[in-house]
Amino acid sequence: MTTYTDAFPDADGFFGGDIKGYGGRYVAETLMPLIGEIEAAYDTARADPEFQSRLAELGRDYVGRATPLYFAERLSEHFGGARIYLKREDLNHTGAHKINNALGQALLAQRMGRRRLIAETGAGMHGVAVATVAARLGMTCVIYMGATDIERQQPNVQRMRLLGAEIVPVHAGTATLKDAMNEALRDWVANVDDTFYIIGTVAGPAPYPRMVRDFQAVIGRETREQLLATQGRLPDTLIACVGGGSNAMGLFHAFLDDETVAMVGVEAAGEGLESGRHAASLNGGAPGILHGNRTYLLQDDDGQIRDAHSISAGLDYPGIGPEHAWLHDSGRASYVAVTDDEALEAVGLCCRLEGILPALESAHALYHAGRLAATQGPDQIVVVCLSGRGDKDMETITRHLGENPQ
Amino acid sequence: MNTASALSNTRLARCFATLREVDRAALVTYVMAGDPDADTSRRLLERLPAAGADIIELGMPFSDPMADGVAIQRAGQRALANGHTLIRTLEMVRDFRQVDDDTPIVLMGYLNPIQRFGESRFLQAAADAGVDGLILVDLPPEHGAALTAKARDLGLARIPLVAPTTPAERLPGLLAQGDGFVYRIAYNGITGGRHMAMEDRLETAVGELKRHTTLPIAVGFGIRDGQTAAAVARTADAVVVGSALVETLATQGTEAALALTRELAEAITIVR
Repeated sequence: MTTYTDAFPDADGFFGGDIKGYGGRYVAETLMPLIGEIEAAYDTARADPEFQSRLAELGRDYVGRATPLYFAERLSEHFGGARIYLKREDLNHTGAHKINNALGQALLAQRMGRRRLIAETGAGMHGVAVATVAARLGMTCVIYMGATDIERQQPNVQRMRLLGAEIVPVHAGTATLKDAMNEALRDWVANVDDTFYIIGTVAGPAPYPRMVRDFQAVIGRETREQLLATQGRLPDTLIACVGGGSNAMGLFHAFLDDETVAMVGVEAAGEGLESGRHAASLNGGAPGILHGNRTYLLQDDDGQIRDAHSISAGLDYPGIGPEHAWLHDSGRASYVAVTDDEALEAVGLCCRLEGILPALESAHALYHAGRLAATQGPDQIVVVCLSGRGDKDMETITRHLGENPQ
Repeated sequence: MNTASALSNTRLARCFATLREVDRAALVTYVMAGDPDADTSRRLLERLPAAGADIIELGMPFSDPMADGVAIQRAGQRALANGHTLIRTLEMVRDFRQVDDDTPIVLMGYLNPIQRFGESRFLQAAADAGVDGLILVDLPPEHGAALTAKARDLGLARIPLVAPTTPAERLPGLLAQGDGFVYRIAYNGITGGRHMAMEDRLETAVGELKRHTTLPIAVGFGIRDGQTAAAVARTADAVVVGSALVETLATQGTEAALALTRELAEAITIVR
């Protein structure tokens, strides 16, 4: 029997075959040999117990894993339906799931003898995570960040600088996440000898989508164990927000072969799908090729990439990881969209009922969880990945909800 | 060794054959289609051959050119801002062919606009318009076999890019899908990234490539003036100049871009 978890991707990095599949290695020739090198090094490291135990040890003592699987009692009561559990990735060191992957890749970089880490960042959470592990491992760190994002995520910019990272503002294109990724790729092409590019999501050329997924899969593995231990059963529905989709792949992966577990990815609908101002590549895009992989993209009729829009900088990306594209087409997971306003509503609700300030990204998933839970009975279990905390978003939240939100 | 190209009697093959007779390297000039606007771009294209361009490399604008430096990024943005599209690029070539049926034109760009247009439809339209070859930055040979086969059937050369990082074991795969000429990237980096320092290594690299293919070898990236072009022309069969030309067009206009083309052509002519 072919299972979802071990069959993908194939040797060429495709999820679902190379004709209609997603993924691949669509990069400039200069990078092809490097990507092959990373893949070989990763496969060796992955099978090396020493690498895995070092990763697990730092995950436990430095990152703070395992993160709790928390029963959100009052949120569940509020919606009067399914029981809602929150996987508390916001409690990780640096405040989001991003460090799971940053740590894994940085250890791989160290193993490969690379001394310089580069990364792109949108909301700044991946940038902070990379700057953090670079400091911990004594490596140089350069973070590419869109000029627009630098403006709206000042606290994270200051944090990265404090951690010793160099921040390079990107003014090209729309000056957001996709442009930061272009610029990081350009840096990498020019510094192939000493540099390791830590991509922050389950996108990019193979092996990145698989590698990042593997490093994030700890989220789903823990969730599975925790729920089995306390409830003696698997969840009915998993919900996570998707920009590139790394926290969602992390949560989903351990459950792909459990047919009874439904999976929902929540895209950013921005000002509404019909407005054209959104970041929903699956619900409002078409397949194409960008940043080294074939996947769903926001693009115009001429194949030019369109600007994404979301209130949350972390979801403000015109593409999505290729494995999500495949899960979407195959029907294994479904993908819905939640607007800026709905996400803000969820932020307020989660703060008042649970005393937890979620990141705007994660609030997209929370909103859908409420919407779904309300239609279900208390026998149902919904797990939401609370991918990050919302401290970084205070300025945006205050601007939209006012000084005295009710 | 990749010897018998399927594409023997083409504008590209004739161009290199003619230059071989006079023992001179080809000057390949890169300009972005539609930069800064359709009319300027069209007129510049028509005048490039008389100024000394042997082969024209025509950039297809893309919103996210990940292997290009600032000069070419901005050129693409200018073209797109003025409403340039892939169809207009093909129309430019078709119009050019009304006045010039000899100078080879090679399109360079990224895969997404082509896939959006439809791969087969694009290849057919390109061949019909009078395009001679394609350089596709983000299509490695691992994913390129189908497109290459279709291109060959239509007489379109797929020009392979070879980088300093390319190990010898990748060459057979790259060259098997190669026609027209081989584009050797001079250094690890993006277009226009730095002023190329001429090194012995380039001679070695070109020599090494020649052991694997009979196709002409072009060298590009970082060649900004006559002096560097002349140095490269001693070893390579073709010299590619892009960012410097695009930048000159942007800051000083068409006449200055043509003057630079003449300077480059003269520098190349006198070296051998």
